Amino acid sequence: MIPLTHFLIVGACLFAAGLYAVLARRNAILVLVGIELMINASILNLVAFGRYDKTLYGGQVFALFAIVLAAAAVAVALAIILNVYKFHKSVNPEDIKNLKD
Amino acid sequence: MDQIPGRKGGGQKELMSMTALLFYGFATVAIASAWLLVSIRNIARSLFLFFIVLFSVAGLYVFALADFVAITQILVYVGGVLVLMLFAFMLSNKELLKDLQVGVSHFFALPAWQSAVIAASFLAVLIYTSLQLGAEEPSWISASREKDTVIMPTDQTIQHIGVQLMTRYLLPFEIVSVLLMAALIGAAHLTRKEAKP
Repeated sequence: MIPLTHFLIVGACLFAAGLYAVLARRNAILVLVGIELMINASILNLVAFGRYDKTLYGGQVFALFAIVLAAAAVAVALAIILNVYKFHKSVNPEDIKNLKD
Repeated sequence: MDQIPGRKGGGQKELMSMTALLFYGFATVAIASAWLLVSIRNIARSLFLFFIVLFSVAGLYVFALADFVAITQILVYVGGVLVLMLFAFMLSNKELLKDLQVGVSHFFALPAWQSAVIAASFLAVLIYTSLQLGAEEPSWISASREKDTVIMPTDQTIQHIGVQLMTRYLLPFEIVSVLLMAALIGAAHLTRKEAKP
């Protein structure tokens, strides 16, 4: 079996990539992709730890819940991004500074 | 680490090295495409790289013996989320042309090197913590290893997940389903056409 630490290190690399995308990219869709990368890294950690929990299967079940939550978040966030694009003609978060027209 | 009892032979060792090879292959593909994804300028290409990342992370879930989570990942992420993202990208396509602009006012996005420093320090902290955890594993993990309750490749995980989902985790299951319903109604409401005043 693959040791736990290797899963954690892969998860850490994915998380750092997602964090970089969230901080540095100027496109709301790519910021969303970065958030998804971080969620995937945490799901990988949940699953890797869940291997040691044969009686309750907590890790795998909550990994499923996290996938569902991420899908819901993506649906709402993309709806908001498309509305913002219709209004501002831009998906750069820097250009969107006004809450009210 | 490889302690599958009762089956120790040459074939077992070969199988282990094959598993390790596949695992590190998937891990390399996932990490390399994730880092390429966040550094490439073309958004369409980075979305397709995200596709590769999702597939190889699903492969990694299989090596953590969570095959149902891997299948759900492919169904939900690759089948749903990625298609949604491609739609959103194509509907907001004008950004592609002025993608080479360099922002001066950093209201939201940090400059690339600051973000790289922050991400690298996060990576260092996370890797340090994982190595610490590898050095002395938590007591519940060693207890589980002693009591032999580690999930084995021969176990039927899907059946157990189904039973647990309908008994022990019924409340979070229901809460998540209500939240999913609310989120989908909200998304449909947000994107509807405005009524003419």
